[in-house]
Amino acid sequence: MTRDTFTLLCLLPLAIFTLAFLAIPIARLVLASGEGVDGWAIYLKILQTPRYLSTLVQTVLVSLATTAAALIISTTAGLYLVRNRFRGRSIILSILTLPLAFPGVVVGFMIILLGGRQGLFNQMLPGHWVFAYSVTGLFLGYLYFSIPRVLLTVMAAAEKIDPSLEEAARTLGAPPWRIMLDVLLPALAPALIAAGAIAFATAMGAFGTAFTLATDIDVLPMVIYTEFTLSANIAMASALSVVLGLVTWVMLLIARSLSGTTVAAGG
Amino acid sequence: MTLSLSNIAKTFPDGTRALLPTDLEVGQGEVLSLLGPSGCGKTTLLRIIAGLERADAGARIAFEGEDVTHLPVERRKIGMVFQSYALFPNMSVRGNIGYGLKMQKLPRAQINARVEEVMALCRLEAFAGRAVTALSGGQRQRVALARAIAPRPRILLLDEPLSALDAALRGQLRDELALLLRQFAITAIFVTHDQDEAMAIADRVAVMREGVVTQTGTPEALYRNPQTAFVAQFIGDAMPLSGRITEDQLHLPGGVLALPSAAPGRQAYVRAEDIRLDPAGPLKARVETVTFLGTHYRIALSEAAPGTLFALHPGQSAPRPGDTVRLAIAPSAILLLPSEERTP
Amino acid sequence: MTRLTKVLPLLVTLLACAFLFVPIVMSVLAGLTVNYFRGLSSGLTLRWVGEVWTLYSGSIFLSIQLALACLVVTLILGVPAAYALARRPGRASRILEEFISLPLAIPGLALALALLQLYGSYQGFRMSWTFILVGHVLYTLPFMVRSVLAVLAAIDLQTLEEGAATLGAGPAQRFFDIVVPNAMPGILAGALTVVTLSIGEFNLTWMLHTPHLKTLPVGLADAYASMRLEVASAYTLVFFVMIVPLLMAMQWASARAQRITE
Repeated sequence: MTRDTFTLLCLLPLAIFTLAFLAIPIARLVLASGEGVDGWAIYLKILQTPRYLSTLVQTVLVSLATTAAALIISTTAGLYLVRNRFRGRSIILSILTLPLAFPGVVVGFMIILLGGRQGLFNQMLPGHWVFAYSVTGLFLGYLYFSIPRVLLTVMAAAEKIDPSLEEAARTLGAPPWRIMLDVLLPALAPALIAAGAIAFATAMGAFGTAFTLATDIDVLPMVIYTEFTLSANIAMASALSVVLGLVTWVMLLIARSLSGTTVAAGG
Repeated sequence: MTLSLSNIAKTFPDGTRALLPTDLEVGQGEVLSLLGPSGCGKTTLLRIIAGLERADAGARIAFEGEDVTHLPVERRKIGMVFQSYALFPNMSVRGNIGYGLKMQKLPRAQINARVEEVMALCRLEAFAGRAVTALSGGQRQRVALARAIAPRPRILLLDEPLSALDAALRGQLRDELALLLRQFAITAIFVTHDQDEAMAIADRVAVMREGVVTQTGTPEALYRNPQTAFVAQFIGDAMPLSGRITEDQLHLPGGVLALPSAAPGRQAYVRAEDIRLDPAGPLKARVETVTFLGTHYRIALSEAAPGTLFALHPGQSAPRPGDTVRLAIAPSAILLLPSEERTP
Repeated sequence: MTRLTKVLPLLVTLLACAFLFVPIVMSVLAGLTVNYFRGLSSGLTLRWVGEVWTLYSGSIFLSIQLALACLVVTLILGVPAAYALARRPGRASRILEEFISLPLAIPGLALALALLQLYGSYQGFRMSWTFILVGHVLYTLPFMVRSVLAVLAAIDLQTLEEGAATLGAGPAQRFFDIVVPNAMPGILAGALTVVTLSIGEFNLTWMLHTPHLKTLPVGLADAYASMRLEVASAYTLVFFVMIVPLLMAMQWASARAQRITE
């Protein structure tokens, strides 16, 4: 057996698995989206049906809000943790990365514990503080999910910034906010774009959180789920899946090309 | 074992011809050095002999008469020392040395005995259990050598085995390696770009240039009778004496030199150690710089020939820069070679 | 102004911490309190954990079984493939790597829908736990391949292999003697990632599971929807106990593998 045959043999199991369980199923999904009564015009119908369109808009808006909030919070915290060494720092770091392995359902439950009918806020301030089952709850859930991921990306990038850059700016008389604007943020920009794209894609596709919080919030994954299970509208569920998959894939492609890191979308 | 190579050539996929058709014979127990500047094809030739690279169609490689041209590397029974040593970081010194024996599926006792034997030969007993990552450069080099010879290969191939070491260690290990190769009494091919290394270690040197073996011979033969200007310049740094040759005389800007014989259409070369300062010499020259090197002075001279000449002067004192001196070169020390356009 | 720029980041950090950590603490406490509404004064109990065990131990074992099976499959598929990709870097390898990474980008829901449409009618397969396994392998495989590939790309694999070849080792022998041992840090990091992600996977699993095959996260969703808060919390607690040590081991192993690749 020559080396080349052996190399090909090494790839063979993966190739078969990927073909059978990834390539062909995706092709089937794309085809299925065109097999409804509308044919391929179904993609046009998504844009023409108010319910789907508003769902799409709402999903994008919540995802954008999540991305912005996660970037602001995680960059602030990440920079602080990279630049300051203090007692308890490692504990804070552990807490902030703990939710990395939580699936979306658990994140949803965490939000219920905070803002549900029996939640912390409603117990302390009775009557008006049930926000878990609304878009706010969804936003907080996605934020919960995104903070650790963005934080890790930002911290990894911040640790690679040469401290002498900042020192040079200080010797040239720049005040702290100018250093932030002129030195730190430009150096972090690729990581921020990458982390933002990941947060956005994750929020777009998050199913578990939405599923736990409520079935009546119209976000894309929930609509796909109800179209498939309740309405048995296979073509529409497939078409929406294709749209969702394309959006998240393109976002993560951008992220990868800018930072080269791999962070699980999941959730 | 004898090695015979015929019609070995290598063209890379991009069309680069790394090696032009080459024939070479290496005798039993002979240590041959492939010497040449980087990019001359010497490593490619070595890798083809090893089986790590496939030669162009029409090649034939024979070990002791047996055709191994199409045998994969792992079945050629060769030993190889890599430039970076390629020691397995996941194995101890003992594990590395015993790996080839394990591949031959020898009984454990036999493997252990041979490993001990080779480690003693290479003075590695003290490091047997160590991780290879915890060794110095010189120790790694010895482990690589021990690993290569432990399975008693038919031929030992060494790819720049000393180049990863610093200069001081390199000199010491060069002599040690020469001695060990004689003790192993194994046929060996040794690739280097360093003429001193080749001279010190090899029985015979093949000088390569641009994919071609230009001359093969013992170190003395190459030094005394180079066939081309390239060999003369690469081995012993011969300097061109560019002037007009009439019959057996060479007319230079600084005077006229006598040649050993009439040499129409040839080019004269001389080495620094053959230029003497002699008040009665036929050449006039101007001293440019003088460098004191302990055992001798190295003097740069202008005006005698078109280019700068260097002379090694063993005296107790030397002229000063700016002085005018006279030079003598014995006719027998002048190398008359086919003239060549390019210089290396 | 200066004080504000110093204090504000710390405040944001601590608030983020509280946001992430308070519900975790609440869930742990709720799972251990006799009556959550009366608070800790009602006393601590393991009753809810016990109830979770009787109700859901099957789902816990199924998740462990799936995670281990998923690990075995990703090792068999992923390690040789990573080696092949490392040995033949090029356009085709890049495209293949990109393609198998698709499940990281495409939401699990969409992938599950694709799998259901193609294989949903094969009842024997559809109803078996291996159907869920396929989903888990799809999702975790890219982590294994990339983790191993990163380590293999950082060592001079070709020369090491050539060294082994000159000593008489054939391709398969070299794979087991040289490639696998030297890729070990990457394999370990990949393995822990695979197990951690498999145990927590919900998006694909929810679509692929059957009423008789509930994994831990599926059981969690079930408990959140239909059980009293204490039981749901106790179940979450069980999940934390399983996932947190795995997460920490995974982070340690990844940092170790990272040191090799830098």
